Amino acid sequence: MSDIAQGQVSMADVSKAFTLRVDGKIQTVQALKSVSFDVKQAEIVTLIGPSGCGKTTALRILMGLETASRGRVSVGGKRVNGCGYDRGLVFQHAELLPWLTAAQNVMFGLEMKGVRGAELKDTAMRYLDLVGLKDAANRRPYQLSGGMKQRVGIARALAIDPEVLLMDEPFGALDAQTRETLQGELLEIQARTKKTIIFVTHDLDEAVLLADRIIVMRAGSIQESIEVPLLRPRGELGALRGTSEFAEARYTVWKALHSAEAVH
Amino acid sequence: MTTGGHTRSLDDAPQLKWELPNWAITCMSVAFVIIAWEFFGRDVNPVFGSYPTAIAQAFWELVKSGQLLAALIQSLRAFVVGYALSVLVGVPLGLIIGRSRFLEAAIGVFITGAYAMPLVALVPLLVLWMGLGFAVKACVVFLMAVFPIVINTWLGVRAVPKTLIEVGKSFVASDFTILRRIVLPATIPYIMAGIKLAVGRGVVAMVIAEFFTAISGLGGIIINAANAFDTAKMFVPVIVLMVLATMLNSFVGFIERKVAPWQVELSGREES
Repeated sequence: MSDIAQGQVSMADVSKAFTLRVDGKIQTVQALKSVSFDVKQAEIVTLIGPSGCGKTTALRILMGLETASRGRVSVGGKRVNGCGYDRGLVFQHAELLPWLTAAQNVMFGLEMKGVRGAELKDTAMRYLDLVGLKDAANRRPYQLSGGMKQRVGIARALAIDPEVLLMDEPFGALDAQTRETLQGELLEIQARTKKTIIFVTHDLDEAVLLADRIIVMRAGSIQESIEVPLLRPRGELGALRGTSEFAEARYTVWKALHSAEAVH
Repeated sequence: MTTGGHTRSLDDAPQLKWELPNWAITCMSVAFVIIAWEFFGRDVNPVFGSYPTAIAQAFWELVKSGQLLAALIQSLRAFVVGYALSVLVGVPLGLIIGRSRFLEAAIGVFITGAYAMPLVALVPLLVLWMGLGFAVKACVVFLMAVFPIVINTWLGVRAVPKTLIEVGKSFVASDFTILRRIVLPATIPYIMAGIKLAVGRGVVAMVIAEFFTAISGLGGIIINAANAFDTAKMFVPVIVLMVLATMLNSFVGFIERKVAPWQVELSGREES
């Protein structure tokens, strides 16, 4: 297994079926149909597609919050069986614990991992500093803006030092300006920490700005996997939006998304 | 305008409208009811009703004789034991019922049934089992107070967002850790509401138990005074109990603000 890097993610032939009860009748919904993809260490991959396409289900299976009905999922060569400290999840709405301060929220994951004493506090403060919130350490979630909450959510997931960061539409609920700031910060953090990131989004611009590779999903299957030919570091994202390379990459993904619609 | 210089600088700031504080509104309301009661109550035959000054007189006599204090202590001892037990049993029970599908299906039905149980009917039976003393009073208080606490805690657990549980799971927390570190704090507002409801029910339970045992406590004074048609004297323990329950309620509210300060902020309402 020495040839498998720590942050390497692999999904092989994964299917997932949910059973629902609708008006008394049991229905089976095929959320994922034999999905396979690999993610290299330190790569940023975005999963994009219309709602209900299975992108969040795929992420939750990677995290271990759902189990695949069929197929094999592994991170760093190890088969995924439930949640683990090799993966950190950033939730859609941050999901901070409202009774804890920002620092205590970051410490929560560390405590679960068994970190104690001075190291606990120091690590939490270091990661709060990484997301630029050292001064807000003692504030509770209701005293933080949406963007600050999600920064704490990112710090909480990163603090346990996972190999892979899984992000479930983390910026979807934020206003456009805050979202752009956080996208830039996320890229900086990734450049420093070299984490593998799998990022679910339905925002086309976001997918192109962040990703090395974009996986377009439709109705539970992978429609297309598109390499983004933009260099790293991406630099100032506002300027990047104006370039023809960005426009071209964006158009390619747009076409993939829309051909998906045409088939539908 | 003696402070002219200061007010000028504040002119730009939004003017805070002066409002009557909540406690002042409550005091005025209480005073109004007492005055109205005094005014109309004097015309009523003293067997059928009473009025504040007569009750105050009876109160003073009961205090002087030491009867009231002794009864209060007797009653409170049973209340405190029964009530504390109901919190200690009710909260953990509600937590585990809410978290376990099996327990919810297996014992949930007994809890909802027991909540509506006509406990008064069972008191004679409990007296047969436990005699007329302290134990039966504490037991009746416990039985009346425990179910609202269990039910509220249980409902609170059911209302904890699934995503908060998943935060715990994503950090590989055990079920017990999730219960203690996430479910319990998230449920505190519901638990506190149950504990507040239980104060009123516990006080009622205490008096019911004393009616049946009739020889001690505030309930004993009530029933003895009522049998002697001494209506003013009968009202004394009634009012003492009302005041006591109100004080206990604000005490629970105070505890709530201490243990769950974020909740007050979230609901955006200062209690007083």
